[in-house]
Amino acid sequence: MDIAIIVGLDVISGIASLVLISAGLAVIFGMMKIINLAHGEFLMLGAYATVLSVSAGVNIWFAMLVIAPVFVGLVGVIVERCLIQFLYGRLVDTMLATWGLSLVIVGGTTMIFGNTIVGVSSPLGGFQVGAYQSSLYTPFLALMAIFLMTAVFGVMRYTRAGLIARAVMQNPEMAATLGVNPARVYMATFGAGAAMSGLAGGLLAPVAGVVPTMGAAYIAKAFITVVGGGTSLLWGLISASGLFGFINQIAAFLTTPVFGEVILFVAAVVLIRMLPTGIAGRFFKGRL
Amino acid sequence: MTLSRRKFIRNSAAGSVALAAPSLIGSMAQAQDGPIKLGSLHDLAGPLAATGEPMVYAIMLAVEEINAAGGLLGREVELINYDTQSNIQLYSQFAQQLAVRDKVDVIHGGITSASREAIRPIFSRFRTLYFYNTLYEGGVCDRNTFNTGTTPAQTVEKLVPYAMNLWGKKAYIIAADYNYGQITAKWMRKYVEDNGGEVLSTDFFPLDVTNFGPSISRIQAAGPDLLLSAMVGGNHTAFYRQWAAAGLKDEIPIASTTFGLVNEPATLEDAESRGVLGSYGYFEELQTPASQAFVKAIKDRHGAQTPYVSELAAASYEGVHLWAEGVKMAGSVDRMEVIEALETGLSFDGPSGKVVVDPKTHHVTRNTFLAEVENRAWNVLETFEQQQPLDTAAVCDLEANPNDTTHYIIDI
Repeated sequence: MDIAIIVGLDVISGIASLVLISAGLAVIFGMMKIINLAHGEFLMLGAYATVLSVSAGVNIWFAMLVIAPVFVGLVGVIVERCLIQFLYGRLVDTMLATWGLSLVIVGGTTMIFGNTIVGVSSPLGGFQVGAYQSSLYTPFLALMAIFLMTAVFGVMRYTRAGLIARAVMQNPEMAATLGVNPARVYMATFGAGAAMSGLAGGLLAPVAGVVPTMGAAYIAKAFITVVGGGTSLLWGLISASGLFGFINQIAAFLTTPVFGEVILFVAAVVLIRMLPTGIAGRFFKGRL
Repeated sequence: MTLSRRKFIRNSAAGSVALAAPSLIGSMAQAQDGPIKLGSLHDLAGPLAATGEPMVYAIMLAVEEINAAGGLLGREVELINYDTQSNIQLYSQFAQQLAVRDKVDVIHGGITSASREAIRPIFSRFRTLYFYNTLYEGGVCDRNTFNTGTTPAQTVEKLVPYAMNLWGKKAYIIAADYNYGQITAKWMRKYVEDNGGEVLSTDFFPLDVTNFGPSISRIQAAGPDLLLSAMVGGNHTAFYRQWAAAGLKDEIPIASTTFGLVNEPATLEDAESRGVLGSYGYFEELQTPASQAFVKAIKDRHGAQTPYVSELAAASYEGVHLWAEGVKMAGSVDRMEVIEALETGLSFDGPSGKVVVDPKTHHVTRNTFLAEVENRAWNVLETFEQQQPLDTAAVCDLEANPNDTTHYIIDI
């Protein structure tokens, strides 16, 4: 029984981390159709912002929840203004540009901070379930994932800003004739996506090895989740994270970590073959 | 390797002039009196950069010392270093470049076992002397190659019984999923069983695994007395964090063959790393005069941001000096003459103590050490004097089979 609870917690933590690492990409790729290959580096910048703030004496909660997203959000706005704004609608060009950007960010971070691992330790302790132990940080990550999804839903569904963002994504010309400036909406949306990535990076910092190249370990999973989820921002993300997180964690527990990864990728291939428009394209069509 | 048409024509023209006029050959022979070239292949970018950086610093230091003492055979030693960027393809490319275009006299380099196996055949083919200065799984048997790092019989053999005496007989092995981790895990199993223990399970992790939750649950379900780890790289460092975050660090202790090779003790919090056991051929914290002078020389030149000076750096430094001893004895940089000189059992007193070339295996007999992490640094507990590379010696005898070039996967 205890082991079932522990494995259940592992599954929740797997799902929560997929939601967190993919949310920013879901906004930038899912909504804006920018293939952001620098997504992993946005996560890395969030983690670095957290680690450096903490070692400068800032409270870890403030660093993770405020400094990381604000900093990476600003980076996102700068990137959009300097690079992305020239490339809307040019899918392949955005790939090349953001890939170059990711190399620049990794190189720059390495130059400034060195390529050794940095990090902060987890701020919450462990807890006991029968004979087993787990980290309190796991349920915290799950809470943060729920909070982030609720916030996205709230903003998109109930605020004017969310309405305008959705309108511009659907039809920028029409939105422009109604007096909206699409360029500014794009900039803000890209910044918001980057900020979500920064938040995820900050939250992962205590349970990850923070190095300039850490983004590479996350980007493939983030893309699989977003593509597997399909066109709907929220339901696609939640359903794909739920499915892949569950498969990955259960497989890793029952077999080995190697097969855990293999089974995850096989499941993703099968899913995309059967549902080319993603889970949401089939089951949550037209929903947020 | 770039050979433009213009260069080709120029060179062949020069060649025909030389053929036509033997008196001109004298000026070409002068190239022999130029510097002795030492090639280096190490990763200075990408995930392995933190490992490669101190190795290059150590080689630079050794070359600087040799030149300050008047060079070798009256000639200066010139270091040609290529950054392989943690990319195996670049290893092959730069290895050919060093052997064919730069025509270096010796090469020191390679970090992972995968990179070594990519370049070792190239140096055999182009007859260029090769030194591999990294601790590894053992078994390379090649007359053209010298291995100055430790192998499992020198370190794992000490670490496993020590940890089992402290903590108990039931072990759980976790290792990185490539040749180093796979083979090291076999050695761990062998030494656990030799000491009357039992391995509950062995888990391998691809280098990009970041979430260790299910594995931590599996380990708990198995209930071992100790954890033996051969995890590699930045992502795997997260294992120790997640392990500590689950509150398991004080329940199930860890002994590792890789922890602390880069800067894990300094990175993790004291609470996350205290008590981890490790065994290597050198520790920066070693308090001998030779070791302190070595660390100081590197830190003076490269400042506070220098990564941890590990066995890899010490073995690189000792490797260059061993080669220099070979050249001095041979009185030449000719490959076979230097190999034969080294095979007389040359030795060098380095930061780790005395290092002696073993002629049969082309590995080295050297001191190894066992240490425990305390206050984010290693505390050296025991010294094992003059350990022989017995694992490789069991399968390799280059005196009997000088033409062997196999990497033996030792059957255990």
